[in-house]
Amino acid sequence: MSALLEAKQIVKQFGGLRAVNDVSLTIEHGQVFGLIGPNGAGKTTFFNVITGLFPPTSGELLFDGRSIIGLKPHQIVDRGIARTFQNIRLFANMSALENVLVGQHVRLRFNPVEAVLKLPAFVHQEQRAAERALDLLSLVGLRGKADELARNLPYGDQRRLEIARALATDPKMLLLDEPTAGMNPQESRELTDFIRHLRHELDLTVLLIEHDMKVVMGVSDVVAVLDYGEKIAEGPPAAIQSNERVIEAYLGRGIEGLMLEDETPGAA
Amino acid sequence: MSEPAAVAKATMFPRFGSDLKSKALLGAVIVLAILYPILDSNASHVSSAADAGVFVLLALGLNIVVGYAGLLDLGYAAFFAIGSYAYGFLASPRFGIHLAFWLMLPIAGIIAAIFGIILGAPTLRLRGDYLAIVTLGFGEIVPVIFLNADKYTNGPNGINALDPPVVGSYNFGHNPLPYYFVVLFLIALIVIIIRRLRDSPLGRAWMAIREDEVAAAAMGIDTVKTKLFAFAIGASFSGIGGVVYSSKLGLVTPDNFRFSTSAFILSMVVLGGMGNIPGVILGAVILFELQSLILTQMTIWSHQLGAFTHIGFLDQLDFVNLKFLLYGLALVLMMLFRPEGLLPSARRRMELHATPEVAASESQELYDVSTEAQSA
Repeated sequence: MSALLEAKQIVKQFGGLRAVNDVSLTIEHGQVFGLIGPNGAGKTTFFNVITGLFPPTSGELLFDGRSIIGLKPHQIVDRGIARTFQNIRLFANMSALENVLVGQHVRLRFNPVEAVLKLPAFVHQEQRAAERALDLLSLVGLRGKADELARNLPYGDQRRLEIARALATDPKMLLLDEPTAGMNPQESRELTDFIRHLRHELDLTVLLIEHDMKVVMGVSDVVAVLDYGEKIAEGPPAAIQSNERVIEAYLGRGIEGLMLEDETPGAA
Repeated sequence: MSEPAAVAKATMFPRFGSDLKSKALLGAVIVLAILYPILDSNASHVSSAADAGVFVLLALGLNIVVGYAGLLDLGYAAFFAIGSYAYGFLASPRFGIHLAFWLMLPIAGIIAAIFGIILGAPTLRLRGDYLAIVTLGFGEIVPVIFLNADKYTNGPNGINALDPPVVGSYNFGHNPLPYYFVVLFLIALIVIIIRRLRDSPLGRAWMAIREDEVAAAAMGIDTVKTKLFAFAIGASFSGIGGVVYSSKLGLVTPDNFRFSTSAFILSMVVLGGMGNIPGVILGAVILFELQSLILTQMTIWSHQLGAFTHIGFLDQLDFVNLKFLLYGLALVLMMLFRPEGLLPSARRRMELHATPEVAASESQELYDVSTEAQSA
């Protein structure tokens, strides 16, 4: 396995707040990498840094061996990183199909003259794009709702549509920001299976932010834990589950916690 | 045709009524538009219809910027001015340059598009209100430049004796009829161009930006380039409209392009139905004819009534001078009772008649976006 994404000493500072502090991660090709941590730990900020929404204050990001620092979000999508949002951000007044078509934007060639003259090359491309969009909707089980406006879809469907839209960009790596938030256990299980499926069938690398421990521990190969913007642990799920510092970050520091002071970070 | 393509087609052209019905309606409107000058032989009516057509072009152009890409442009008349002055400079005795009208249509379109990009490049990073303020400023600066650069523009008197269009040995002169048909042809051409762009990746990108700019960027859309495209295309239609308008008038002066003109065009888009081509055309025709025919006629009637009844107040009433009051009233009433416009796009109608629950979640989203924008 080779590294697909290497983050080296990423710092993101907002005024006096270090939202992400000196985080280094290496995500191997084909891995499902879980990123957990209490609320406000900097997980989503880390996503925003990777996807170019916020440039990092300092640090280095290598994707597929090349730096993606300073690239615009759309250029990063073009390199092969796609994401979903924690608070669903679909194009609410566009249909499910159109949402997925927008996702294909970077993979479509656009020439205004061809579009205005409806040249065959343009018409074929549009047809292929529509077919691919429908395939992706089938993949997430929304084939029958292609014409529904995104805003009218039930919550779970919206989450899945966001994944379909992200997949439409033809990514090498998929960033999922709390994909099971608000889902019931049944839906969460289905989503876990779906992530496994993506990884095996589509050869995707997945970086996953998730609060549902069953989901993260069930699907991830490696889990990293952020707390107050710093990485406090990284390792296989089993090791993370028993890691003292992680338990401490989640449950707070008791009196015994004080004695763990000199424990080295990333004990796993 | 395979099934997916059929589904895609159904999705990308949301239409009310049956396809056949709307085609028949479209055919009827086209036939009526072509026959209009024959049915109504009053030359001043035809002349006003040709001018209304120019405003249809302007409204269609602004609709791309405001209706599709969701960028509020309050200085759109500046591009109309640039197109008009381009014709004044390049097709009049002013500098002794006499380029053909037909050549000037694309040239003015390109010049206006370039100015659209020049204005857009530094300002399109702004959002919402801030963009509106900058475009408002631009809209004020352009006519002032034309006013004060009197060495070239002849100041407030403007440039006159513009060349009328010529086809072979036929000179349009002051006959409104040929202008009417030129405008009709340009509208048809531009409607086709707009529809095809709307149903292309570019059109989807415009709508995605209107819906959620951050998500659009995260889905691979180059937001700056896409918005510049909207600005440039919208501006170019305005420039083309300027050429037709000024050649018909034979004169270009700076006071035709003030904020009131920008607001007038924006009202057409909003009143007719933002984002919907037939709605925008209807809005432009209604508002323009309201000004040039109906209000004039009402003034005449009121004066007659005043003379007849000896009520001095009616004698003095001038509805044309009251037009902005009346537009304002019309807009307020529209916003209260039919915010989606006269002929809204299906999308927009659903958007504005959402259940309170959906509306609440929408405003929450807006809040999220604005706080994120601040923190970014």
